[in-house]
Amino acid sequence: MADTSNAAAFVEFERVQKSYDGETLVVKDLNLSMPKGEFLTMLGPSGSGKTTCLMMLAGFETATHGEIKLDGKPINNIPPHKRGIGMVFQNYALFPHMTVAENLAFPLEVRKLSKSEREAKVKRALDMVQMGEFGGRRPAQLSGGQQQRIALARALVFEPELVLMDEPLGALDKQLREHMQFEITNLAHDLGITTVYVTHDQTEALTMSDRVAVFDDGRIQQLAPPDTLYEEPENSFVAQFIGENNTLEGRIEEVQGELCTVKLDSGDIIDARPVNIAGPGTKTRVSIRPERVEFMPERLSPDAHLLDAVVEEFIYMGDTFRTRLRVAGRNDFVMKYRNAPDQRRLKKGEEIRIGWLPEDCRALDA
Amino acid sequence: MEQMQAADGTPLKRSLKRALRRQKLRALALVAPLLIFVLITFVIPIGNMLFRSVENQIVENTLPETISALKDWDAQGGELPSDDMFTLLYIDLWLAQEQKLHTRLGSRLNYEVSGVSSVFRKTGRRVGRFDTDIYTEQFTELDPAWEDPTTWVALFEDDAAADALQLTARTWDRWSDYLVSEDEDPAAEDIQDFLFTALHFDLSRAEGLTEGPPILQSAAEVAGSFKTVNLKEAFADADNDWADLELWQTLKLYSPTYTPGYFLNSIDMQKSLDGIEMQPANEQIYITLFGRTLWMSLVIMGCCILLGYPIAWLLANLPARKANLLLILVLLPFWTSLLVRTSAWKVMLQQQGVINDVLVWIGLVSNGDRLVMINNQFGTIVAMTHILLPFMILPMYSVMQTIPPSYLRAAKSLGATNWTAFWRVYFPQSVPGIGAGSILVFILAIGYYITPEIVGGTQGVFISNRIAYHISSSLNWGLAAALGTILLVIVLMLYWAYDKIVGIDNVKLG
Ligand SMILES: Nc1ncnc2c1ncn2[C@@H]1O[C@H](COP(=O)(O)OP(=O)(O)OP(=O)(O)O)[C@@H](O)[C@H]1O
Ligand SMILES: [Mg+2]
Repeated sequence: MADTSNAAAFVEFERVQKSYDGETLVVKDLNLSMPKGEFLTMLGPSGSGKTTCLMMLAGFETATHGEIKLDGKPINNIPPHKRGIGMVFQNYALFPHMTVAENLAFPLEVRKLSKSEREAKVKRALDMVQMGEFGGRRPAQLSGGQQQRIALARALVFEPELVLMDEPLGALDKQLREHMQFEITNLAHDLGITTVYVTHDQTEALTMSDRVAVFDDGRIQQLAPPDTLYEEPENSFVAQFIGENNTLEGRIEEVQGELCTVKLDSGDIIDARPVNIAGPGTKTRVSIRPERVEFMPERLSPDAHLLDAVVEEFIYMGDTFRTRLRVAGRNDFVMKYRNAPDQRRLKKGEEIRIGWLPEDCRALDA
Repeated sequence: MEQMQAADGTPLKRSLKRALRRQKLRALALVAPLLIFVLITFVIPIGNMLFRSVENQIVENTLPETISALKDWDAQGGELPSDDMFTLLYIDLWLAQEQKLHTRLGSRLNYEVSGVSSVFRKTGRRVGRFDTDIYTEQFTELDPAWEDPTTWVALFEDDAAADALQLTARTWDRWSDYLVSEDEDPAAEDIQDFLFTALHFDLSRAEGLTEGPPILQSAAEVAGSFKTVNLKEAFADADNDWADLELWQTLKLYSPTYTPGYFLNSIDMQKSLDGIEMQPANEQIYITLFGRTLWMSLVIMGCCILLGYPIAWLLANLPARKANLLLILVLLPFWTSLLVRTSAWKVMLQQQGVINDVLVWIGLVSNGDRLVMINNQFGTIVAMTHILLPFMILPMYSVMQTIPPSYLRAAKSLGATNWTAFWRVYFPQSVPGIGAGSILVFILAIGYYITPEIVGGTQGVFISNRIAYHISSSLNWGLAAALGTILLVIVLMLYWAYDKIVGIDNVKLG
């Protein structure tokens, strides 16, 4: 599987490193390969090196070490304007002194297309983003969402095979953002373009992408499809970063194949699945999603290890109930369950016993 | 409809208006110092300058009788004015020389025809010694009471007498006004010859004076047979030019209260009897000077753009620390005196100066023909470009600072080469900065004075140097004001044209 994807790799980072000041590495050992047509998102906290990677790919920064390949060819020495990569900037970077149509015609003009060809393509691109009537306006006369669409249309109008987007929706309000997320993914898939998308909004990353690369500290922490990322985080950073998560700290007691027991710092014993641990006796952080925690005894397997918990807070959220529990000496343990006829509402101060299926509780690196 | 009322029962509209008025007054009080300052230092001087450029009251104020009589004189008739005119001139000039006004009038008219100044000075000295004392003698012989100023005071309190003796009455008024302004009593000062001259002038024309005091009636009867003085000859004797038509024509040409004369002079023209004509070729300098000023200002502006643009670009794009250092270097000249900077250029550019020394030392130029780089247009352009450069760089910099680097990146990612990205994307956005800098530099250059004065020689001076000359040396303030007004109009016109072409909203100074 890994081999086939490598053979068809369209974008490849091979052991890429980047340092701005010669002292610290902003990007450390980046390896990535993308097949054609994939929508890949780079997700990570601020300063983790996402923009830097994008800029290296676009050619505005040079890699300090390593090789970047596009369609099998190294591009380290190709100047940006010859790479043919479409790019959408966070602030859109629409040229304020040109009309919308002139903005769109710009990449075609520098490619010396004839006037009629230009007009046809500009019109097609504008229609594609449903902005057909706005060709004569200046960017300043457009709303944020409209500017965003024009920026997208401009990045696509010269039909690049690869499009880079650096937090393109950062400046939009929630509703518009969700709408645009939908439009962007649709467009990308319809046109079959390969897309590298940068965001630090995890919902955006999860809903839009074929695969997500979680960045931290200049490294890809995990590169996986959204569901895998959410359900099977490989280390505690990813588990923490993606979605809501409960973390408990302890030591591995014993490992039996796909199962292990963990002795928490409070002395309680729990079941977990060993994912990223060194072996018995080592420290670990176990991660459990709030919605996988159960408190109704009939839903738990009889031989499961259970924990005593006290309800600290009960929040009614319509479709779900969210409770904050005191568990194993911590009072930030969250449990979520569906508002269904067979569920009951807990009260503050109530004492319950909680548990989970061992495969939902992942023992990760400490 | 019921009127809305405020809490205290007054109509809402009125109490709102009162509240607003109070606010406005407070705001006005806050800006008042600035407003007054601007008014005093800007509006009033400019208004004053505009007024001076056309004002010509001095001729009429100094020679009122002569000027009003000149209206009926045909300047092109080829004949000198009549004897009466000389009598009026005598009266005017006597009063003028008493008040020391005749030299100022002389200088004023000297701007138009050279030599007039000395005519007035000479005549002013002589006019007191004209033989008009025979009128005094004849009147006092007739009745000694004429010698007594109180007689005159009483005489002109009587309206009928004042009516009958119009010239004398007006002259007496001017005389007594002058005495009063000098804190003296008209009833105590000796009656002067020119008053008797005026009296004789009136009486010899009055036919059978039947009204008025007896002393006047008896004088009227015999005045016609008095011995007279030929003032025409007296004037011609004092200065030959009085017998010359040209002087009288000049007087008539420049008699109106307001004159376009200064403006005509400013564009190398002059008034003449046949209308408006060009100055003689050897006196035409102003159009050339205006042209040179505009042309050199344009060249200086162009040099500033060429030199300033890359520096502004560096300022806007270097990392903060280096940019700050560069900014200090740009601002450094502001911390040195203008005079020092200009003089430094003298040291650099003169024939025994640094640059020539270096060129000779390298062997590019032989010692014999060192380059002349100072006291000409080249020197002025070099020094002024240097001095005005910050005014170009700073507006450019402040505009370039607001252009995010992502525009250039966007352009390149769209396929533009470095040059295309710069020329199509960056440059158009920096144009407002160029515009602002150009306006600033051009307007400053067009009115620059010190630098051209020091390094300009004769070929590199500007119109402002000429204005300064007229303000401080030739004292022809009217001409200076007219030149200044033209300069102001040129600047305003350029501003207007700029607004039409580029749009003044596009100018950003920061
Ligand atoms: N031009 C530069 N010179 C020096 N250091 C830089 C430069 N650009 C980025 N860095 C540093 O490199 C690191 C990574 O920056 P980068 O812009 O790639 O982060 P990012 O993941 O895009 O963050 P964000 O989500 O905030 O955009 C940061 O520590 C930043 O300070
Ligand atoms: Mg970034």
